[in-house]
Amino acid sequence: MSLKTFSRGGVHPPEHKLSAGSKIIELPPPEVAVIPVSQHLGAPAKVLVNRGDQVKVGQLIAESSGFVSTNIHSSVSGKVLKVDQFMDSSGYRKMAVQIQVEGDQWIETIDRSDDLVRNSVLPAEDIRKKILEAGIVGLGGATFPSHVKLMVPQGKTAECLIINGVECEPYLTADHALMMERTEELFSGIQLLMKGLGVEKAIVGIENNKPDAIERMKDITKGSNVSVQGLKVKYPQGGEKQLVKAILKREVPSGGLPIDVGVVVFNVGTAHAVYEAVMKNRPLIDRVVTVTGKGLEKPSNFLVRVGTPVSSLIEKTGGLPEQTAKVINGGPMMGKALSTLDVPVVKGSSGILLVDENEARRKEVKPCIRCTKCVTVCPMGLEPYLLMTLSEKSLFERMEPEKVMDCIECGSCSYTCPCSRPLLDYIRLGKAEVGKIMRARKAV
Amino acid sequence: MNKFIVSPSPHAYTDESVPKLMYGVIISLLPALAVSVYFFGIGMIIVSSVSVASCILFEYLIQRYMMKVKPTHLDGSALLTGLLLAFCLPANIPFWIVMIGALAAVGIGKMTFGGLGNNIFNPALVGRVFLFISFPVAMTAWPEPGQWMHYTDAVTGATPLGLMKEGLANRTVGEIMPEVPSFLHLLVGKSMGSAGEVSALALLLGMFYMMYRKIISWHIPLTILATVAIFTGILWLANPDRFADPLFHLLTGGLMLGAIYMATDYVTSPMTSKGMIIYGVGIGIVTVLIRVFGAYPEGVQFAILIFNGFTPLINKFVKPKRFGKEVKHG
Repeated sequence: MSLKTFSRGGVHPPEHKLSAGSKIIELPPPEVAVIPVSQHLGAPAKVLVNRGDQVKVGQLIAESSGFVSTNIHSSVSGKVLKVDQFMDSSGYRKMAVQIQVEGDQWIETIDRSDDLVRNSVLPAEDIRKKILEAGIVGLGGATFPSHVKLMVPQGKTAECLIINGVECEPYLTADHALMMERTEELFSGIQLLMKGLGVEKAIVGIENNKPDAIERMKDITKGSNVSVQGLKVKYPQGGEKQLVKAILKREVPSGGLPIDVGVVVFNVGTAHAVYEAVMKNRPLIDRVVTVTGKGLEKPSNFLVRVGTPVSSLIEKTGGLPEQTAKVINGGPMMGKALSTLDVPVVKGSSGILLVDENEARRKEVKPCIRCTKCVTVCPMGLEPYLLMTLSEKSLFERMEPEKVMDCIECGSCSYTCPCSRPLLDYIRLGKAEVGKIMRARKAV
Repeated sequence: MNKFIVSPSPHAYTDESVPKLMYGVIISLLPALAVSVYFFGIGMIIVSSVSVASCILFEYLIQRYMMKVKPTHLDGSALLTGLLLAFCLPANIPFWIVMIGALAAVGIGKMTFGGLGNNIFNPALVGRVFLFISFPVAMTAWPEPGQWMHYTDAVTGATPLGLMKEGLANRTVGEIMPEVPSFLHLLVGKSMGSAGEVSALALLLGMFYMMYRKIISWHIPLTILATVAIFTGILWLANPDRFADPLFHLLTGGLMLGAIYMATDYVTSPMTSKGMIIYGVGIGIVTVLIRVFGAYPEGVQFAILIFNGFTPLINKFVKPKRFGKEVKHG
């Protein structure tokens, strides 16, 4: 099997896939769930329930408030305690629905059986409608509403669907577990997405550190128009632009989307959620989350209800190890550090990573020695050292022509810097400032 | 209630560091150092020890008492500068001249610009050129290899490039070549020249080690060597009596040392691979121009310093290939 990869930049951090091979363990609902109404990219959903209301699992509790927005369903059954601001993983307080869990009552329309439903006779339009209603967002972490991606803009055509099973972040194994255990469902979800999108071809990209998943997916897709492409292990191959480049050798234009080169990319988790939504009428109310870290006794993959507090998730792995100094929502390269465990699991939570004291701190920053490593590893062909200098000196207007807005914030530059310079921190600052400049220009 | 550390991503880092990179380069220099000690004995031991010690000392003193910053004299970069300075001096040069060279290298070459990372010119070459201009006699008396126990009293002679330059005034290349050490001797380093530049083989070994460790990429050294080979090859084919062959140019003088160690200095070389190639071609051409048509027998030191000066300009205009072509909005 020939392995492909993207051509420019990239790093290879130690993989540490501690929870690889562990079976997905389904967790019972928490005692109290906090379900944010903004778990996606775009406008927050509009809350439909009030304090004291009784809700069931799968019930719509907040509805999409625009095209780029999405529905939120209750993941538990019980009584609404509060509709208020709660801290989420970003560290900000945001609107959420707090529910006191009572029993586990589901709305009747959901098919909770394990039976595999295969052949869909639904027309493309209905598939798209179901995905919209189920509140599905990109589960790889970007949480972009999926129905938006399925609406191909006028003048553009989708030729190929790419399914992202790369999971290039170290430590995370949620997608891997899903590919191993829910292969049939996943395959069905892929076929539904192809139909919804109107494409004849789909390719599943999987990195070579998961040979079992590659084999399993190959077996199941044999004879169909879904193919599996093994990829050389390289971070950030899970980035859409890098993945499209790796598989099809097409470059998404600067400021563009994969659809500009005829491609739409979905994560394996998303494809699985699409199956659940379309074939089982099950809205997106839970997801697979990897809970991992070197100090943990048993790093595992859990199927968790959205709204479950991170603290109760960690309890399930035997409690927080004493030496834990940092808790990361996501992987070590792009995840967000949490200030408290009192935040809920949301649609975009792919993992909880516990880091102990000696790895939690950054190293002392030294002056740049112009070793060129950041330029070499940048997958977007940028010059991080230059962008950082410009940002430090507040020369933001010079950052735009240097293509700062192309930065995908993968962190390869900061990762690789031998002088431990906070390159990405300054680039993020620059992106925010350049964004302001661009919006001001548009407003004129 | 636990208190957690919160910082923006990424949360993982390589274990690479400045000292690790610098000591990697120093390790790669060990074969050349061993060859040099083998041929120049006690002279090389004295010159390199004095050079390294002075560079570290001057860096410490300047940072501590003049710049009033936390000294970084042990990060490996001063050690490396000292070693490289020793490599491009004759092994019989009096130790006090070495100390002046070290002061020029660290003081003028590095610290006046603000220390590591800010200098425009390669510090070791600044030191060498400073001495070359200030002490032209001491800097052009080359000890013959194999005089183990002789330091300043070693018997001296001319370098192969010197022989060639002088000889071509009234003789042809063919007539001069018998006086030049054989290619085998040039390869292992049994030749006259700066203490660390003589063994092409040891230096190439160091280059492969650095490439293997990913400390340097192939772009700068191979472009310089290829440019010199092609340029001198054309001249040689045009008139083999007037111009020496490419192999002679590749194996003699400071070309290997310059191409592999001086031109690849992180701080003073371009940031992109395209920029590195432009820089390498430039250094190659200027080196040959000085060697063949200039007044000095060797030109690699000046070529590198000139293109160090061009580096900021190259960085400004030569950009890496960006991912994705621009789309027109609207």
